[in-house]
Amino acid sequence: MMKFLKLKPSVGLLSIPYSLIFIFFFFIPLALTFIISFWDYNEYSIIPDFIFENYSYIFKDCFNFEKDLCVTFKTYLSTFLFCFVTWFFTLIIGFFVAYFLAFYVSSITWQIVLFLLCTIPFWTSNVIRMISWIPLLGRNGLINDFLLSTGLADAPQEWLLYSGFSIVLAFVHLYTLFMIVPIFNSMMRIDKSIIEAAYDNGANGVQILWNIIVPLCKPGIVIGSIFVITVVMGDFITIGIMGGQQIPSIGKIIYVEMSYLQLPAAAANAVILLALTLLIIWIMTKMIDIRKEL
Amino acid sequence: MNKNLTRRKMLKTSTAALGAVAGAGLLKGFPAIHAADAPVIRYLGTAVNMGDAVQKKLFDDTGIKVKFIVKTTDEVVKTIFTQPNSFDIVDSEYFSMPKLVPSGNLLGMDTKRIKEWDNVTSAFTKGEVAGKKIGDQGTAPKKVMYLKGAKSKEFASEPTQYVTLIPTVYNADTLGIRPDLIKRPISSWAELLNPEFKGKASILNIPSIGIMDAAMVVEAMGEYKYPDKGNMTKEEIDLTMKIFTEAKKSGQFRAFWSDFNESVNLMASGEVVIQSMWSPAITAVRTKGIPCVYQPLKEGYRAWAAGFGLPATTKGRQADICYEFINWYLSGWVGAYLNRQGYYSAVIPTAKKYMEAYEWDYWMMGKPATADIMSPEGKKLASKGEVRDGGSYEARMGAVACWNATMDENKYMVRKWNEMIAS
Repeated sequence: MMKFLKLKPSVGLLSIPYSLIFIFFFFIPLALTFIISFWDYNEYSIIPDFIFENYSYIFKDCFNFEKDLCVTFKTYLSTFLFCFVTWFFTLIIGFFVAYFLAFYVSSITWQIVLFLLCTIPFWTSNVIRMISWIPLLGRNGLINDFLLSTGLADAPQEWLLYSGFSIVLAFVHLYTLFMIVPIFNSMMRIDKSIIEAAYDNGANGVQILWNIIVPLCKPGIVIGSIFVITVVMGDFITIGIMGGQQIPSIGKIIYVEMSYLQLPAAAANAVILLALTLLIIWIMTKMIDIRKEL
Repeated sequence: MNKNLTRRKMLKTSTAALGAVAGAGLLKGFPAIHAADAPVIRYLGTAVNMGDAVQKKLFDDTGIKVKFIVKTTDEVVKTIFTQPNSFDIVDSEYFSMPKLVPSGNLLGMDTKRIKEWDNVTSAFTKGEVAGKKIGDQGTAPKKVMYLKGAKSKEFASEPTQYVTLIPTVYNADTLGIRPDLIKRPISSWAELLNPEFKGKASILNIPSIGIMDAAMVVEAMGEYKYPDKGNMTKEEIDLTMKIFTEAKKSGQFRAFWSDFNESVNLMASGEVVIQSMWSPAITAVRTKGIPCVYQPLKEGYRAWAAGFGLPATTKGRQADICYEFINWYLSGWVGAYLNRQGYYSAVIPTAKKYMEAYEWDYWMMGKPATADIMSPEGKKLASKGEVRDGGSYEARMGAVACWNATMDENKYMVRKWNEMIAS
């Protein structure tokens, strides 16, 4: 930044407000979290120290492969699985919704109206959402009533609610919008004449989709994927509510530790979660240079 | 030039704005009551039992206004540690005292300033109901009631002038069931893990309270007899969690709940037919017209108790106003309001004065209702002829087996609980 300042003072000055916000509300809290993760604690206070106990506890028994998988690995494994499945479905659905909005809906008004429809899942609070799934997926819910009355099942299907299925359903329901927006944005920038040229050269619809639209949408796909993956990695509310509090998540572990004032332990977990999430994003940005594409 | 001027003007405005923000931040440091004409008390608590009616009555009687800072049980404790000056009065549970008192963030409460102190129920002061000793496993209030002095960080074993909290409300908790779906009598905590209710049971996912319910179940199953359920050793925690982990893996639980509303929904929808539950949640299910019983069990109840505390920095006029509020709280009107919700008031004689005879007979004496029983909000809770679950005050509070607790091995317990959830 110093070099920057020398070259163009005005640019350097302009970047100060944002840099300050970044330092105060992002860098300092993060640095504190990192520092506190090495502290000791008791029932009611945290004690400045430099210990690795908080970290070593997280990985206790994790490298003893004769035993069952340790809690930490189990939790991360289940979180990664939710991440992948959610990413997969939001990508497929998000891509085609964006495709429809970008190429089949020609009037701006309708595009806006349909976009607003996509935001409906965000209009409700978590509590309402939690309550409203029960009448649909529950033991006495609509779907089970239908299955039983048509004879498709002889007993209520319990895996519909408080299961991995209901968690993924809620994630996809909520976060597909995060895919739609950046992919739609990429699609709107595609020069229509490229598609016309492909047509003229005899490419069919599938070839155009695969060889032109998908490659040109890559930045949108990567941005959408980053949104979805970071949100799912840190989530504990949706997993808690839809999983009936029986399915673990790193966020929940951190939350419980914080509410019992085990702040250093929570900080250590947060640092590991952050490192893993950054690693995933780093790999994704290696696959495609977003800055260049934008 | 013009551009420059606007920029300068903008800088000025933003500096002013910054100043205003900083000023507001400073002001926050002062107790709210000095800032306003009408005394306002910042009330930190779960506020599950504080409706609008209470606030209105308080203002009419004393001119004091209450500003609620509503948090969950665990967050209340956290706030006392991390922001001890963000509230004027705290409504906390006794089981938090072993954690809170050593921090020195709370003031020893002077019982000489409490008008009704001599009438506080013996369940708090002596651990007795109607002259008989009740269960005192866990953090029973009498163990953490008295302090060695106003600023002491140590508990006194004998009654002293200074106490940790001024008791307000307490209750005996048990399992809630759906009698219409279970269709047979339930009489033991062991039924929670009965395979008959596979996929239809639930327990609360708040480790410090859940572990106590779990211990009641383990003991009822005859698996182990704890010397003190409220203060387990590491081995006892392992054993308890092992039994629950196995039950969880075999699909015994439909869901765990951590929020009051979740427990109501699980029960009302029939997803769960037997679970740990709190008294107002039972009421909420019943007011929907769905049968739900707060089932008395032969092993007894798990009790909890709450009271008012003040931050250690309280003094002068602020203390006067808080004591006035507490005295008003114990003077009967709120006591009757709490009793009508199915809780118990810490000062029983004053509450009686504000209840109708038929209400008193139903809620406190365990007699059949001679008229429909209404909640404080005017919703019907029980019809004429019905008897309260568990019966009279003496029958319910007399059968307390243990109290919500903070264990010496709390850190270990929370970790083990997390492991069970992850299993």
